[in-house]
Amino acid sequence: MTERNHGGWRRLSARMLLVHPVQELLRAWPVLVGLVVAGSAGGQGSWWSLGATAAVIIGGLLRWFTTSYRVTAEQVQVRKGLLRRQVLTVPRDRIRTVDVTAHALHRALGLAKVEVGTGRTDRKNDGVRLDALHAGEADRLRAELLHRAAASATGPAERPRETLLARMRPGWVRYGPFTLTGFVTVGVIAGVVWRSLNEAHVDPRRIQVLSALLDRFGRTSPAVDVLVVTVALLVVVVAASTFGYVLAFHGFRLTRGDAGTLHVTRGLITTRAITIEERRLRGVEFSEPLLLRSVGGARCIAITTGLRVGRGAERGGSLLLPPAPRAEALRVAGAVLRDDAPFTRTLTGHGPRAARRRFSRAVGVALLVVGVAVVSWALGVVPAWTWQAALVLVPLAALVAADRARALGHAVVNGALVGRRGSLVRRRSVLSCEGIIGWNLRRSFFQRRSGLATLVATTAAGRQRVEVQDVPLEEALRVAEEALPGLLTPFLER
Amino acid sequence: MYGFGDICHGTVGDNALCSDDGGSAKIDGVEATEARLRPPRHLVSRKAIGYWTLRALGGWLPVVAGQVAWTLGDGGHLPWHLAGLVLTGVLGAAHVIVMPQWRFRVHRWEVTPEAVYTQSGWFDQERRIAPISRIQTVDSERGPFEQLFGLANVTVTTASAAGPLKIRGLDREAAERLVDHLTEGTSADRSDAT
Repeated sequence: MTERNHGGWRRLSARMLLVHPVQELLRAWPVLVGLVVAGSAGGQGSWWSLGATAAVIIGGLLRWFTTSYRVTAEQVQVRKGLLRRQVLTVPRDRIRTVDVTAHALHRALGLAKVEVGTGRTDRKNDGVRLDALHAGEADRLRAELLHRAAASATGPAERPRETLLARMRPGWVRYGPFTLTGFVTVGVIAGVVWRSLNEAHVDPRRIQVLSALLDRFGRTSPAVDVLVVTVALLVVVVAASTFGYVLAFHGFRLTRGDAGTLHVTRGLITTRAITIEERRLRGVEFSEPLLLRSVGGARCIAITTGLRVGRGAERGGSLLLPPAPRAEALRVAGAVLRDDAPFTRTLTGHGPRAARRRFSRAVGVALLVVGVAVVSWALGVVPAWTWQAALVLVPLAALVAADRARALGHAVVNGALVGRRGSLVRRRSVLSCEGIIGWNLRRSFFQRRSGLATLVATTAAGRQRVEVQDVPLEEALRVAEEALPGLLTPFLER
Repeated sequence: MYGFGDICHGTVGDNALCSDDGGSAKIDGVEATEARLRPPRHLVSRKAIGYWTLRALGGWLPVVAGQVAWTLGDGGHLPWHLAGLVLTGVLGAAHVIVMPQWRFRVHRWEVTPEAVYTQSGWFDQERRIAPISRIQTVDSERGPFEQLFGLANVTVTTASAAGPLKIRGLDREAAERLVDHLTEGTSADRSDAT
């Protein structure tokens, strides 16, 4: 159904004319609920919101009429904009990733959104974004953009073979509760409910169930109240985290295509298919958040140019393996880089001076807090229990410091720089030395006094940097020389 | 340093730029333990000291003014206010006097045919090294007060968002020549540099 006109310009799917209005209505539903429940009592504000929604819907419809794209032998072009006509041009050899996403509405209508990632990581809204095409068309486009080498060798009709690197096992769901995404979900839901109540001008105290609960709380002791609320919150968060895990990672598959691409597909309701060109892959981050580490889990994130590491459970599409057993994560990380050694080799520790620095920083901050609390108590500003409670921070800080000191490590293994650090999130970053652009050698006043340095390898991929934290200076220079021979040589004095 | 003598000879009256001592261990900002990785060869313009002093003053004056206004408006607690003012005065004076001198000794730069090498900071210091072949853009910019002092900054970026090399407080002509030199060097190389 794709319309073609001269010059090979193609339009987005006409079914998007249905999707946009529904999407905007869903987004505005707290306002609508307010209007329906409370009539016009909502006053001017609600009508303004409704008007804005209508404007957005019309804008969305216009977007379909004004957007078109084409793929030529050298480049991908997108024309868009009504008043300000824009033509985006992306040379095809600069395409690093193709990301195909379909949420529930898209899937109901057989559509998919295509995002093309380039190496321009310094801007937020770069690259080409086509929302949305027919699912088949999106798949074809992805193959066209990334499998071109294989296509020219074997003929366009043949689908490139893929080898399976990892797939979701049902047992992995047990790691869901340890991802903390539930807190975010609960927060978002609470926000939506609160806004709906507000718009509908419903007083929460007038809802019977709630007022009954509040009454009961009023009669029991505060300790019991705190316990009940904590347990209830915990149950809700665990349930939400588990549900979120299934939602995001159901049917997860990681495959490698013949044409040198990595392919991730996942998602229960919103499906996502991400294709990463392997020659843009600069390394893999093996990360173990504290909670996940405590139950023997880990996850893997790709360090790729063109895919900046985002926030949230999905890490902006660069996630290679969702929270899974540690052994499985190690295997997948090794398989992706075709080399296990960087993930299994014992790392060089950073020694007692680095450990002392971790302790003095963590415990120092804790003591500072206690000191401030004691002074405030002495001045009569706060009650005595504040500094007594603050004392708990000291052993906690010491524990975190010990864990952080233990995490520090680095190595250069088979042409890759390995750096490990962190306690709350322990990361072992493996960056191919070819991906290292330059070095930043950071030395704070206190680092200089203890002969330490933080060596930062800058790169265009992933988080843009890999840090070797608090390493003795001589070792930092040795690592830099080993990873990129010759770059430092003119500046070294022997 | 190769092929870069022209900058030194061209900037008359600014001997600091030609300083070739490589930062002996006597300089307090650079310690003897760093003997193995020597600092970059060139200092920035001496005029930068004045600029940094002015900027530090500009940062402290509002604080002092705010404290004075509070003292006058409050009426009571005079000993506390005076103690606060003295503390601010001592800290501010120390910062305004020490920081620019210290910074001047630390801020250094060097360009070889293979790499750009910078050192910056004062209390906390950082050295950055990037290969010429990985340079993506070379910018120079001057703020209003920097223009007053005849200074300019040069920023060398690579494909990594973590690693722009900034040379602050360069003499204006030296900055122009540095930009010309670097853009000449990088335009010859057409690879992707990521």
